Amino acid sequence: MRISVDQGACIGAGQCALTAPQVFTQDDDGLGEVLPGREDGHGSPLVREAARACPVSAITVAEG
Amino acid sequence: MESGVNGTITCEVLLSMTEAMSPALPDAVAFPQDRTCPYHPPAGYEPLRENRPLSRVTLFDGRSVWVVTGHAEARALLSDARLSSDRTREAFPAATRRFKGIQGRGAALVGVDDPEHNRQRRMLIPSFSVKRMAAMRPQIQETVDRLIDAMVALGTRAELVSSFALPVPSMVICSLLGVPYADHEFFEGQSRRLLRGPEPADVEDARRRLDTYLEALIRQKRTDPGDGLLDELIATRLETGETTVEELVALAVILLIAGHETTANMISLGTFTLLQHPEQLSELRDDPSLMSEAVEELMRFLSIADGMLRVATQEIEVAGVTIRPDEGVVFSTSVINRDEAVFEEPDSLAWNRPTRHHLAFGFGIHQCLGQNLARAEMEIALGTLFRRLPGLRLAADPDEIPFKPGDTIQGMFELPVAW
Repeated sequence: MRISVDQGACIGAGQCALTAPQVFTQDDDGLGEVLPGREDGHGSPLVREAARACPVSAITVAEG
Repeated sequence: MESGVNGTITCEVLLSMTEAMSPALPDAVAFPQDRTCPYHPPAGYEPLRENRPLSRVTLFDGRSVWVVTGHAEARALLSDARLSSDRTREAFPAATRRFKGIQGRGAALVGVDDPEHNRQRRMLIPSFSVKRMAAMRPQIQETVDRLIDAMVALGTRAELVSSFALPVPSMVICSLLGVPYADHEFFEGQSRRLLRGPEPADVEDARRRLDTYLEALIRQKRTDPGDGLLDELIATRLETGETTVEELVALAVILLIAGHETTANMISLGTFTLLQHPEQLSELRDDPSLMSEAVEELMRFLSIADGMLRVATQEIEVAGVTIRPDEGVVFSTSVINRDEAVFEEPDSLAWNRPTRHHLAFGFGIHQCLGQNLARAEMEIALGTLFRRLPGLRLAADPDEIPFKPGDTIQGMFELPVAW
């Protein structure tokens, strides 16, 4: 699994950091980002929940 | 199902009555309508539930618009750039008569489309991040405790809206923005007039007064800075030429109003709803760790901002219908958040359900900027209130307690309580 956040689309709602804080955080500009080293989802069952919660579909979860 | 004490009888009767009602022609459904029970969608919206995911409603001025009632379709359409939030557009629908006069003036953030919206929002999002809001929790807790101390010092009864539900978010947003709380009667009163009129002239006058007030405050802050968000925006965005005084005033008006009115209504209506659902309240008291989940479920169940408006700028095909350019679209959050396809037994309040995907904060680029502040305020305010006043109860007949009409944010006008 490869997770990425499109910061161009992000509106800083914080749904990702709220739903799966083990994988996502917000940078100094308030934009969502994947925590360093957690791009593989860190085995968190909440990654897909976070992607679905994102109001602007800025999170991509790629298999493999 | 509803757990029964006196007040829920009205609400239960309401639900069974609506089942027996013959479905009206969808086009004849008026929007918005007043709720019969403060925590359920209006009985008159029943035809909308039967005609998911989209049907038609008639606005106050006789205009027929699309109403979105399906959860999946609402997510898709609220993310669709072909629907505009720009209320200065000629074809933009008006929710009530009193907003007609002010529409031409537009509104920052909530009333603009990208790319302008994105530029405005990006100036603000660093200040509303999950981390920044978590850092505000001790201060929110202190505010809540101080207000409860004051209520307790005065006796064993209180009117909860004026003594607690309104001052909590009002004090917090003042501190966050750097607006003096000493002016709270002024801006609370003018926000009330701006949202609820009653006359179009009230709305226009209130907007003018709020603009003048915030413009003077910003002018004063430029020479004598404080440490609020407005001061930060002056230093980092205004003095750098990234924004103008006019835009900063417009943003400040939105932040100030959205920052206190909505959360105040959630605290008052949330308290009323919990007191009318003793079983769920007792589960919450037994396990305070349920509180954050409970706040999400209350947001879903109560859907206090019901009726977000958009206008189509291009043709949109959705769920087998075609929305044409210049047609109005209204999102009935209260009906969307009770979509059986997403929420099992949607008409009951329950803590043990996946409730996070409610659309009470909206969806798409305009999803609530202050949602993580609101969550913190609701969790702390409701959690502390029921913990510190374990005997909290209504001090009036629940059927007699006045609540707000359908054409504004839903909540209680008053909430007499005792403990």
